[in-house]
Amino acid sequence: MSIAPAEFDAPPERRSEDYLWTLNFGPQHPATHTTLRLVLKLEGERVVDAMPEMGYLHSGFEKIGEHLTFNQYVTVTDRMNYISPMANNVAWHHAVEKLLGIELTPRCTFIRTIIAELARISDHLLCNGAVGLDTGAFTFFLYAFYQREVIYDIFETLCGARFTNSYTRVGGVSQDMTPLVIEKIRSFLKTFPKTLDDMERLLNRNRIFVDRTKGVGVLTKAEAINRGATGPVARASGVTRDLRRDEPYLAYADLDFQVCCASAGDCYARYLVRMQEMRESLKIVEQALEKLPGGPINVGIDQRTALPTKKQVYSTIEGTISHFELSMSNRGFEVPCEESYAAIEAPNGELGFYIVGDGEDAAYRARCRPPSVLHFAMFPHLIRGHTLSDIVAVLGSLNIIAAELDR
Amino acid sequence: MNSFSDAPSDSATTCPHLVALEQAFGSLESSLFRGQQRVVVPAANSFAALGLLKDRGFDLLVDVSCVDYLEYRGAKHRYGLVYLLASTTSPDRLTVRVFADDPEPTVASVVPLWEAANWLEREVWDLFGIHFTGHPDLRRLVMPEAFTAHPLRKDYPLQGRGERHNFPVITRDHS
Amino acid sequence: MALTQPMASSGAQQLELPENVVVSRLDELANWCRKNSLWPMPFATACCGIELMATGAAKHDLARFGAEVFRFSPRQCDLMIVAGRVVMKMLPVLQRIWQQMHEPKWCISMGACASTGGVFDTYAVVQGIDRFIPVDMYVPGCPPRPEQLIQAIIDLQDKIQREGTITGREFNTRQRQDRKRALVESPLPLTLDASRNPNIQRQLSGSVTTARP
Repeated sequence: MSIAPAEFDAPPERRSEDYLWTLNFGPQHPATHTTLRLVLKLEGERVVDAMPEMGYLHSGFEKIGEHLTFNQYVTVTDRMNYISPMANNVAWHHAVEKLLGIELTPRCTFIRTIIAELARISDHLLCNGAVGLDTGAFTFFLYAFYQREVIYDIFETLCGARFTNSYTRVGGVSQDMTPLVIEKIRSFLKTFPKTLDDMERLLNRNRIFVDRTKGVGVLTKAEAINRGATGPVARASGVTRDLRRDEPYLAYADLDFQVCCASAGDCYARYLVRMQEMRESLKIVEQALEKLPGGPINVGIDQRTALPTKKQVYSTIEGTISHFELSMSNRGFEVPCEESYAAIEAPNGELGFYIVGDGEDAAYRARCRPPSVLHFAMFPHLIRGHTLSDIVAVLGSLNIIAAELDR
Repeated sequence: MNSFSDAPSDSATTCPHLVALEQAFGSLESSLFRGQQRVVVPAANSFAALGLLKDRGFDLLVDVSCVDYLEYRGAKHRYGLVYLLASTTSPDRLTVRVFADDPEPTVASVVPLWEAANWLEREVWDLFGIHFTGHPDLRRLVMPEAFTAHPLRKDYPLQGRGERHNFPVITRDHS
Repeated sequence: MALTQPMASSGAQQLELPENVVVSRLDELANWCRKNSLWPMPFATACCGIELMATGAAKHDLARFGAEVFRFSPRQCDLMIVAGRVVMKMLPVLQRIWQQMHEPKWCISMGACASTGGVFDTYAVVQGIDRFIPVDMYVPGCPPRPEQLIQAIIDLQDKIQREGTITGREFNTRQRQDRKRALVESPLPLTLDASRNPNIQRQLSGSVTTARP
């Protein structure tokens, strides 16, 4: 690129415009992981502006939510944030139960807490593994993915599906935790901290990784709040907001854990927050297993939401009636003509559902509040002034999942 | 109010934010459902009311979404926008509802207050066709630019109108 | 070489070859090379993409079957694995990437969504990519387990070995099949750009229906 001397005398805004070039990045690109698209305006290697575009995976989730019943729709939420499907299951039925006014059994709340935290670990593993992969640390990714397989195995033992679990039901869960599952979780709790140590030793002070992530994509606290960041992205910028602590749901009020925060707001801080959150999740799972109460996993027959057990169906008249009514297409649950919003602290941030009920057992409107949309929207703000190679680090650390982004 | 009329509204006086809103904009419809405080603001005052709430500590805009009440029993308006507000310093949450109607459903944009609203409002425009005045960049977000319908409206069928089959077919001799 | 001596002595006599010489048909040799060096292009859009990653990662290890060299540039690949649903906005991208790949090339449609649309029978999701690009292998499951994907790749290798020809004649037969299966459902009110689709244009202008007696 040569610049004529006369160009230097031109007004700076005109001069720079002449030498900008546009680069299309995505929607099919290894570093976007899924289907994101960026149109970049570059001056040499420096990013002057970025225009993110989404919708390459918009499949009409919210429209389907108006046609499937509350129990059927859980299969669709699996496919929403597909690197932690269990967390979506919990979020969906948490919102449904708030609308219907159902109080869960103690055992169910603890089981859901355990699986939500395991989902958080698997989500953070993949996210940090992908950041490592994109910045050149392939071994780190293999360590992370191997541990994900262990969690897949736990889920498979628990509910029969390794990946898209569809585990929760209105008023309960589909399967009880067997001793084998508890044993597998315990052995995971024993082995995982060692792997986590190894992973931290691989990257925490790795010169290449630190140089590529420290000071890159800085999000200040004020901007994080103004742009609606939640979850690890907000906490890495110093926003001490965690729904598990601030609005305790499920069994979090009974458990002792720390909210992990950082103040730097860069990619490295987001990486550290996620690593630390995995340790906290381990603590939560350990305590929840200790305190796991006995009793039924589903709410009673009188609430008329969860299917009764076979024993109840065949030996009691209430069970038979309840089973019959719940199976009838025109009976089902009693849904108030009301609207409510409930959210959980998903691995990615605040994942909530705004559900409008109209008396039917399918939602009239099932709005999902996805954390990824707001995180992706702030991407141009984070990348301006950085180089082209920083894009993968920033994108990876925001953990944008296209299916949740587009729905 | 569309659906909240059955719910008790006696709690309106307990919430200090509602009191402040009523002082500024007169009497407002409000309700409480499962601990969730909701208030309806007229479309003309929506920007001012949300600005007032932001100054009162609701610094986090959680969500902007919309509901199409076309087939809803007893609905008085076609579209109901939902602004979910939260605070990073206190556990308060507030749901603000603004209603709009055909033709040309229009609401003031809150992008000047929260940058977070930018894409959320674009999504509402894309899927419902609500126009946000004052939005800096109101383009479609998730559907292709050439798409003409607003798919989350209730009068749009789930399977679409055949757009998904409208592509050229590539066979082996094309490729 | 030792080959020349017995040839001269008698026509009916068996060739005597040294142990390190293999005689084969050229087609089979080429197919054997092709099937054992598949370079997949992961067109991973959704959940199946994560299982595709799991297939390549440590536990399942796709490298055992000679197909682990994932390349993200279509120019370097000969096997496209479409993992996940393809929606209206994405389909033109998919078709373009397919056209950018060089022959010989194959396509695996991984998962229910790519094959049929799966649970997403909605306005935005393409109901099976085989309506718009040729597909060689379908993998059921939502998402398929890594073992299923590995089986699909083994099956595809088998297919390449059995059917492949060095001149690419196997694609000619498939080309005839594809013409029959090319599907455009209905000339409903089209809100997208109808001019891009010659089939629809033909139907809309009435040339298809009026041409028949």
